[in-house]
Amino acid sequence: MAKSPHMSRREFVTIFVGLLGTIMAVVVGLPSIGYIFSPALKIQKTEAWVSLGPLESYPIGVPTLFNFTRTRVNGWEKTVNSFGVYVLRESEENTVTYSNWCTHLSCRVTWHEDEELYVCPCHDGLFDINGEVISGPPPRPLLQYANKVEEDILYIRLEEA
Amino acid sequence: MTSKVVNWLDERLGLTSIYDTVLDRKVPKVNWWFTLGSASLILFLLQGVTGIFLSVYYTPSPDHAYDSIQVIMNDVAFGWLIRGIHHWGATLMVIVVVAHMLRTFYHAAYKYPRELTWITGVVLLLSTLGMGLTGYLLPMNQKSYWATTVATEIPGTIPYIGSFITRVLRGGADISAVTLGRFFAVHIWFLPALIVLAFGIHMYLVIRLGISYIPNEDD
Repeated sequence: MAKSPHMSRREFVTIFVGLLGTIMAVVVGLPSIGYIFSPALKIQKTEAWVSLGPLESYPIGVPTLFNFTRTRVNGWEKTVNSFGVYVLRESEENTVTYSNWCTHLSCRVTWHEDEELYVCPCHDGLFDINGEVISGPPPRPLLQYANKVEEDILYIRLEEA
Repeated sequence: MTSKVVNWLDERLGLTSIYDTVLDRKVPKVNWWFTLGSASLILFLLQGVTGIFLSVYYTPSPDHAYDSIQVIMNDVAFGWLIRGIHHWGATLMVIVVVAHMLRTFYHAAYKYPRELTWITGVVLLLSTLGMGLTGYLLPMNQKSYWATTVATEIPGTIPYIGSFITRVLRGGADISAVTLGRFFAVHIWFLPALIVLAFGIHMYLVIRLGISYIPNEDD
């Protein structure tokens, strides 16, 4: 068959079907990406002062654990997250509050009174009473919460993202 | 460059011969009714893809099924679109598959040597209806619940073994979490596997035997 300057019927159908297929793939493909990603893009930012009860109930010089929970809605369920705060009253006036999240991979550390250390059970991370890393894999000291005392009640500022 | 890659692959995979056998095979002069088989396949693939995406959020438990679908419809980006395609695609697929069967029947295309093509087609038709039946319960709303009550009650009228069949379908005496679990498993694993198998045989036979011409006055 002599080469026609015009597009052959077969060429036209090939291009048309290819184009139509591409459009359909884009129309279905792009929403699918959004469908998978959308829960990750929904950020529920909360910032709150959480009460840890009367300051008097915490002894001076000994890290003392306070546990509380916060609830968030994920999809069709409420997710309850638990938090632990070590309250250390360095003196009558000065109080520091540490998160019990290990800075390595978020296991929870516990205060061992006999060794005077925070111990992370997952990978043997050790922190001293001031939250500084003694040994093990943790890259940073324990996280501190900002705190305040109002009418003898201790509060910490919780920021979640 | 592209043709070099294609040639390299073709030499090893035999893409051209697959293309020639599957898509460039000889067919008699036919009409638009002969596109219903391909349409069924495309709809099945569409149902498969949208179904896979729905399973990301859907939870097959009576406590969460309804709520998880509410999240898909209202919270997740384009969830309404994916579920909408799956919902309407299901109805369309039943229509197209039945029309495909009727076309084959009226053209008497099921005769020698195509009996097995017809039989695997029957398996595919019944599997499609089974997909409709099992998929109907999954939203776990009032309509699902009562439709499944009725559907599982029907075989109960068979003498002697009827109530046993009802109990097998329900996984017990009641429509429960067990029922939802087995309908879900049948919907996403058992029937799709059967459809893929039957479709493979069906398609192989269509390619091997070719399709019959439209009967004329001499037939």
